[in-house]
Amino acid sequence: MSEDKITIEVDGQTLTANKGQMLIDVTDDNDIYVPRFCYHKKLSVAANCRLCLVEIEKVPKLMPACATPVMDGMKVKTRTQAAFEGQKSIMEFLLINHPLDCPICDQGGECELQDLAMGYGNDVSRYQEKKRVVKDKNIGPLIQTDLTRCIHCTRCVRFGEEIAGLREMGATGRGENMQIGTYIEKSVSSEMSGNIIDLCPVGALTSKPFRYSARSWELVQKDAIAPHDSVGSNIHVHVKGNQVKRVVPANNESINEVWISDRDRFSYEAVYSDERLKLPMVKENGIWHEVDWETALDVVKNSLKVLVDSNESDQIGTIASASSTLEELYLLQKFIRGIGSNNIDSRLKQSHFADKNAGPSFPYLGQSISEFDALQSALLIGSNVRKDQPIINHRLRKAVLHGASVMALNSVDYDFNFPVVAKSIVAPDLMPIELASILKALVESTNADVDKQIQQSIDKAIVSDVHRTIAVNLTDADDAIVLLGNIATAHPQFLLLRSLAGLIAKLSNSKLGYLSESANTSGAWLSGALPHRLAGAKQQENVGMNTLEMLEAQLKAYVLMGVEPELDCYDSRLARDAMKNAAFVVSLTAFRSEEMNDYADVLLPISVFTETSGTYINNEGTSQSFAGVVSPLAEARPAWKVLRVLGNYFELDGFDYQSSADVLSEVMAEIGDIKCDNSESWKITGSINSSANGIQRITETPMNMIDPISRRAVSLQKTDDVSDGAIHINSALAAKNKLTNDDSANVEQDESSATLKVIIDDRVPDDCVLIQSAHPAQISLGASFGEIRISKS
Amino acid sequence: MTETTQILTEHTRSEIDMWLKKYPEDKKQSAVLAALREAQHQNGGFLTTELMDAVAAYLGLSNIAVYEVASFYSMFETESVGRHSISVCTNISCMLMGSDTIVEHLEKKLGVKTGESTKDGKFFIKVEEECLAACCGGPMMMIDHKYYENLTPERVDEILDEFE
Repeated sequence: MSEDKITIEVDGQTLTANKGQMLIDVTDDNDIYVPRFCYHKKLSVAANCRLCLVEIEKVPKLMPACATPVMDGMKVKTRTQAAFEGQKSIMEFLLINHPLDCPICDQGGECELQDLAMGYGNDVSRYQEKKRVVKDKNIGPLIQTDLTRCIHCTRCVRFGEEIAGLREMGATGRGENMQIGTYIEKSVSSEMSGNIIDLCPVGALTSKPFRYSARSWELVQKDAIAPHDSVGSNIHVHVKGNQVKRVVPANNESINEVWISDRDRFSYEAVYSDERLKLPMVKENGIWHEVDWETALDVVKNSLKVLVDSNESDQIGTIASASSTLEELYLLQKFIRGIGSNNIDSRLKQSHFADKNAGPSFPYLGQSISEFDALQSALLIGSNVRKDQPIINHRLRKAVLHGASVMALNSVDYDFNFPVVAKSIVAPDLMPIELASILKALVESTNADVDKQIQQSIDKAIVSDVHRTIAVNLTDADDAIVLLGNIATAHPQFLLLRSLAGLIAKLSNSKLGYLSESANTSGAWLSGALPHRLAGAKQQENVGMNTLEMLEAQLKAYVLMGVEPELDCYDSRLARDAMKNAAFVVSLTAFRSEEMNDYADVLLPISVFTETSGTYINNEGTSQSFAGVVSPLAEARPAWKVLRVLGNYFELDGFDYQSSADVLSEVMAEIGDIKCDNSESWKITGSINSSANGIQRITETPMNMIDPISRRAVSLQKTDDVSDGAIHINSALAAKNKLTNDDSANVEQDESSATLKVIIDDRVPDDCVLIQSAHPAQISLGASFGEIRISKS
Repeated sequence: MTETTQILTEHTRSEIDMWLKKYPEDKKQSAVLAALREAQHQNGGFLTTELMDAVAAYLGLSNIAVYEVASFYSMFETESVGRHSISVCTNISCMLMGSDTIVEHLEKKLGVKTGESTKDGKFFIKVEEECLAACCGGPMMMIDHKYYENLTPERVDEILDEFE
């Protein structure tokens, strides 16, 4: 036995424990139940509810198991008369002020207080006096408060401080007047705030969208995978009848632990959005008709067949969302290649594609998600990881709390919920130059031998303390990573950024990783939903067009899957024009929009994530399959079934699948072992110089605008993490153009223009304009990056 | 200095800095009570949300952490009160010496109840002040920072007349 192990006795059982462990952790590990409210395994010990009292031999008083470290030879009794009486008395105290409103409380049936009151409470209260009443606070669109029910366990407060890294809730006042809340009227803004709903042991904090819509015992819990970010958080979907009622996290220590982001928790509302497409629809002479599946598929077949038969298959462009499942993406590329087109892509926001097969087999995170906890240093390039991949940010924050250093190179001074050791905030065109400076600092400090070409290209770079700090932190760490975020991937010089990042990683002995955007970005790459790759990252001889080329080429026909091109693509104006000018557009979509009515010719209703079986491969290369939890709404069908039938309509071989599992086994056979490797796949260089002049546009996609589902989740749309359709400029640029907050500005990009509201935002560097994508007001402007002009209107 | 902390006067800031020197550099939160006291003093006896935010920013704390402290301690007022804060001790020694009469007289004279401020914003009577450690001079009261002992209703009148 190692020195750190000790032996204790609990209820007569001899248990082995680690020195210094809290008693409750030992009993939990050994399935000995001790009641508790304030204790939570992921939070610090508060020991304020006192319910976990147990009897310890040779200790005159009862001790709280959550705050009592185990000691060798300790003899604990959890089920003696004394322990029970202690717990009962605590229960009596806790119930003094707790209202008896269980019948109208959403927590009823899944309430820790209710359960423990059954076990430890008296059936008659001795308390005759008035109960205290606390006014409810409005803390935003996601969380409902009922603070009279609060028992002051402070789990929500500790969550804010320890996990969310943003202390928003607190206990104000004292004694009987103590209240949990935000003190001032404000919405909690953490991207993980919904987790306090799960943490709250009573009904003080409940889900606002779910409120009063079902009782917990009517719900059936089903497993699923969250469809919005590349983490692949495990979720439970709670279903009543055939209706999705809410989403809660499922435990998976290696991925999301016990947390999920608000986007993953509340996006289910979109399943029943008014904009859900219920029936297949066909446009005839500008008028939409609801039709049956056969009619709709016939129209698709006939329209595409014309092009196929006249050898114009390459006039068909296919754009798919990387939030689609592996099966869907595989079948889509199989179908479209089957009818002779290689124009398929799922990289919607990317604009720099030259690498082709020099790229990795998929944009791998560089390490596993759980390895982030032990990381010592990280350099983030073009990433708002906190909003884009909240769970990875949470892991990164854990590393920082253990002493890791995080550095950032961004075009917007994003707010991190941990201290950042060094940051450089520059206009997009200066990002490669900054990386060259970091590289030069590395070369100087490590005396590394680099080849002449690199030496020449970094020769002119100016090295400042920031670059040196970044270089030193990366080299000094045993475990470091250089991460390319969503904005880096969308950057017009992405490949240059990547090669510089790769060199930095190599010289500093760090890993290189990508923070990818969608739930199945990895799957999209591996399934062959790329113009230059077949499934399993096999080279495609006859390379098709990438997303940008497809849109620039203004093809005759487009097949869309889960995409709203004008909102999801790098160049919104180009995307809209391409769709409008196409002779035929078929959209496999779960939702319908005005824009879609305008440009599409056939709308095929497909299932959302709760209605289909499928597989996502997450950022770390873990493949996770799930079953549909409810049947599809109305006539909507899982996209893989639609594609199977389309394959059959075109009499293509190999579309006779019985289930999505058949598709999965076929695509997995193609993929083989998932190759997680970014090394050596970044060696494309370019010249490092700033070509930009004038004002530059920066585009970010706010957290809740990322895909058609989150855009239609009503409650998420009421949060701050949505697009505002404004231009964000710093005070210097505002002063230069005589603009103030809320002014209207004329914004011109290329030949188009729009009038947008001005927001003064000093996170934006000089001479830059930050625009949030996926907002109708900015569609007409165009590309995500590039020169832009503003003036007072 | 950020915009938020600008509402703290230079004097207040120098006072806070003096307190900050007494604590380790990474334990700035230790100065929160002193900082709030200075901020309250600067503002004529009560704290506003802006002032508390300024203190939070100055000490590098989250706003709510400062609200918690300010709302916990009875010496901080978080709502607008009269310029001069009157605390009459009503604990055992003073009570035996007739503090109830003093409170009654004060309420009648100023026309407000304890916990309220006079309409002209001059005086504020604090709710149920605990022992102020001047038992030998009971009944006693504290106005602003000054102790007044061996009170009688007449003496109270004289004292109050001295205030602007």
